This record gives sequence, C-alpha cells and structure tokens, in this order.
Amino acid sequence: MKKADDFLAEHVKGIPRSGIRDFFEIVQKRGDVISLGIGEPDVSAPWAVREAAIYSLEHGRTGYTSNSGTLKLRNEISAYIEKIFGQRYIPESEILVTVGVSEAIDLALRAVLNPGETVLYHEPCYVSYAPSITLAHGRGKAIRTKAEDGFRLDAKAVAEAAEGAKVLLLNFPTNPTGAVLRGRELDALAKVCVEKNLLVISDEIYAELSYEGAHESIVTRPGMRERTILLHGLSKAFAMTGFRIGYACAPAPLIEAMMKIHQYAILCASTLSQEAAVEALRGAEGTTHEARESYRIRRDFLRRKLEEAGLKPTNPAGAFYLFVDVRSTGLTSREFALQLLEEEKVAVVPGEAFGPGGEGFVRCSYSTALDRIEVAAERISRFVKKLRQGQPQLAAAR
Amino acid sequence: MDPLLQILKERGRLSSGELAQLTGKTEKEVEKALRQYEADRVILGYQAILDSDKTGHGGVRAVIEVKITPEREGGFDRIAARVARYPEVVSCQLMSGGYDLLIVVEGPDLKRVAGFVSEKLSTIQGVISTATHFQLKTYKEAGVLFLQDDKAERLSVSP
Repeated sequence: MKKADDFLAEHVKGIPRSGIRDFFEIVQKRGDVISLGIGEPDVSAPWAVREAAIYSLEHGRTGYTSNSGTLKLRNEISAYIEKIFGQRYIPESEILVTVGVSEAIDLALRAVLNPGETVLYHEPCYVSYAPSITLAHGRGKAIRTKAEDGFRLDAKAVAEAAEGAKVLLLNFPTNPTGAVLRGRELDALAKVCVEKNLLVISDEIYAELSYEGAHESIVTRPGMRERTILLHGLSKAFAMTGFRIGYACAPAPLIEAMMKIHQYAILCASTLSQEAAVEALRGAEGTTHEARESYRIRRDFLRRKLEEAGLKPTNPAGAFYLFVDVRSTGLTSREFALQLLEEEKVAVVPGEAFGPGGEGFVRCSYSTALDRIEVAAERISRFVKKLRQGQPQLAAAR
Repeated sequence: MDPLLQILKERGRLSSGELAQLTGKTEKEVEKALRQYEADRVILGYQAILDSDKTGHGGVRAVIEVKITPEREGGFDRIAARVARYPEVVSCQLMSGGYDLLIVVEGPDLKRVAGFVSEKLSTIQGVISTATHFQLKTYKEAGVLFLQDDKAERLSVSP
C-alpha cells in the first residue's frame, strides 16, 4: 500500500518549508514580543473602507460577481492606474481582479509558462516567487542583487542571464530590501527586455510607498506595455491585507489567458472586498499620502538608531522594510534573529528567508507604531552592544 | 508638514530629547524650533484629552447654536470675540447655515450652564437667539475615539 507521502507530486515535494513560517512558529511560542517582522501595515483599513464593506453586506450584495471583478471596480482601477503609473488599461478587457497579488503572480506564471521554461527573478526577494515558478512547472533563475548596489537590479546582469529565458519577474520597490528602480536604470532594463524578447511580470504592490519622488513603472518605457503584466493591489497602501484584493493589467490576450485559470480555480474575488476596494480607490489620495509621510518618519528614525548601534541598514527608497547588514556581529542572520528574540524579545526576519542572497541580513519592518519602534530600537542597540562586549575582536574590527 | 509638528500632533507629551531622537535633530534645534512655532502661534497649546466620566470631574457640557446680528464694521468678529472670551466657553466657531456661532460651554452643573446662557450669553447686545443642547455621552473628541476597537489579531511574523 502507498504511504500518504507517495501520493505527492515531485515538484511540490521539492519545495522547502517557508523560512518565514518556521520563524513565525518560534515567535508565536514567546509572548510579549515587539515584532518588526510583519509584512503588513499595523493598522486596520481606513474606516470609510470598512464602512463600505458593512454597507455592502447590509444591502445583501453577497452573490458572485463577474469573473473579472465588478466593472465598477475595474473602472476605478483603470483611473487609478492611469494616474499613478501613467498608463491606461481598458477596464473591459485589460484588467483582472484577483485574490491578492499572490494569486495574480500564480495566474501570470501559469498562463505563460510551458514546462521547463525559464523565469529570471532578482534575489533577495519576496518568499513566494521561486515556489510559484516551480508550481507553474517553470525553471527559476535567480539574479543576485548586492548591498553595495543598494540591491537594485543591474540591466547588464539581466542581459547576461537572459539567454533562453522567457520571463523576467520584477518587484520594485522590493520586499525585503526597499530597493527602487528609476530613471536611466529603468530605461536600460527596459531596453534589455525588448532586445532579449522577455515578458515582464512586474509586482508593484509597494508603488505608493516611494519616498524619493514618484513611483516609476517599467510599463511606461518604450516597447514595454505590450510585454508587461503589471500587478498591483490594495493590501499595502490601504492597509487592506485581509481583504485580499489584487489585480493584473496587461494586453487583452494575456488577461484572457489568466482569466481562463482564474475562472475555474477561483471564480471571482470576494464581492464584499471588491465593494470595499472601490471605496478605497475613490478616497485614495489622502490615505496614501498620509501613510507615506508617517512611514517616512519611522524609516528615518529606525535607520538612524540602527546605524548608531553600529549596524548597516540599507537606505530604502520604497516599501516599509530596512534590510540590515548584521555581518559585523559575527552572527549569521538566523543566529542574530534568534538571539535577539531570546534576549530582548524583538522579532526580525532572518534574511535567508528571502533567498541565499539575504544571508548576513535581517529584515526589520517599520510598519509598526512609532512608540513600539522606539522600544525595539533601544533593545536592538542594547543587544548589539552586549554582543560586542562579549566579542572584543569584533568591536575592534568595526 | 514638518515631521516635528506631525509627531507632536499625535503625541504632544514627548520631551525635546525624545523629539530630537525621532526627528534626527539635536535637542537644542528642537527647542529652538518649538519656541519659534509657539511665538508664531503655529503651536497654540498642549493638552491632555481626558475621559471626564473617569476623572470624576465631568460637569456638564452644552453645545449652543447662537444667532447674532452682524455689525456694519467687523461683521461677526466683535461679538464672537466677546462670547469666546468667557472662560465657560470651550470653543466658539462661526458657521454657515441656520445659525451663526456654534459654541461649546462647560460648567460644574446644569444650573450654572443654564445660568451662563440666560444671564450672560443671551444678554450680550447683538445676540438674537440661542438654542442649547446638553451633551449626553462622548464617543470621540479631538480625533480620539473613546470606545476601544477590539485588538485585531495580527500575525507576529508575515512575509
């Protein structure tokens, strides 16, 4: 007789457990932890958004919607995208509402990949990219970005890796590094994508959280609109993670192919959440501006405190993470995170969870409230100081 | 807005030292900036927001709609200033719509607030009429909710 394990598909068996999930379970066992480990805003969705959800329930809007999402929402998305990304998409044929950007990534990969085809992605990166490629029967090829380049993606590195690749998966601003691509770097990257005939799947979920000037999308560069699937959603900018609303914008044939999978696997995103999303996008301007300014204060504060403690945080131009170089402590990123949790009850995420290129770094999220960040920063400083006192040779090496 | 003001708006109780830490300025720079803001009357004051049901010194609060006659020179300003100067008046605003001034009055008990309205407010020259509404319960004040949201369950570590 077969064991339960024997029924599993080989490509699923090969996917390792998520490093974040492992670490989460350790943190869960300890009470009273200040967490800089969260990948979401620490506030609830704006009240107007929550109220819209209640209104929609009161009025009995509890049925399915169109597979693509309500036209009302797609119209709002179209107007919003045109405003902040500078690109127009036709609501009826070029926009698909999904269950978070996570679903949209899965759909995009499954819609375009034949088994064994190669997807380039930059790393350290969001935890789902490599597994999603594997699950779509693709072959992932990581391009390592480096701390000394601010973890930005170099167009030359893409050109060198592009031989035989079909897709380039991008995420700027980047989780976990906060890196942003702009101006000429983006021009150069777009040029390589056209020359090498790459399809780009661009996850721009942190677009609103760009601190040094407005967000720039690769889709605005010459020749890119027809070869880009632009992914965005409401989770981060509107603190709506639990509503699970994302969307894909792309030329009609690509959206149509993604739709084929979406309609059979998911049918439609939650009706209630779609109603809430309409309200969020209508009141967007004030919400996102306020959030950005508040994050900026927290970012500047935490970065300064960590620098004073002798650590080397990145200078993130986007998202709400600092990727902090802890190599000078002599610890691996996992040891650092575990000991910090043990001794000072502060949770940060070991960089290795975001791929081998994250080793030596930890991710500190500054989406936590400022007064909590103050305490956390104090504790991290104390922890690093103790480490250095215990290891005089490291203090000297600084 | 200056991050210093943004932080103070939410957390008015922070010391100059803490503000310096948060904004990356020196303590001296923060104090200088604060003095300037105070001198320019950008910062008008620092107050705690109290739940008077809990302090036990609640007293009585009334919102009063006041109709007044605008004057040839100065419009509503002179009478409004005259009303606003009473210490019983907590806030005083000129409104559009069916009345002119909306004022909030506080007193130790109903009788004193009623007395203020009938003896002082109504008798000011130019005041045509008043409509007094006594406050029953506070749900939100100065942007602060008096009811507490349930603590939302949030994962301590998430991707």
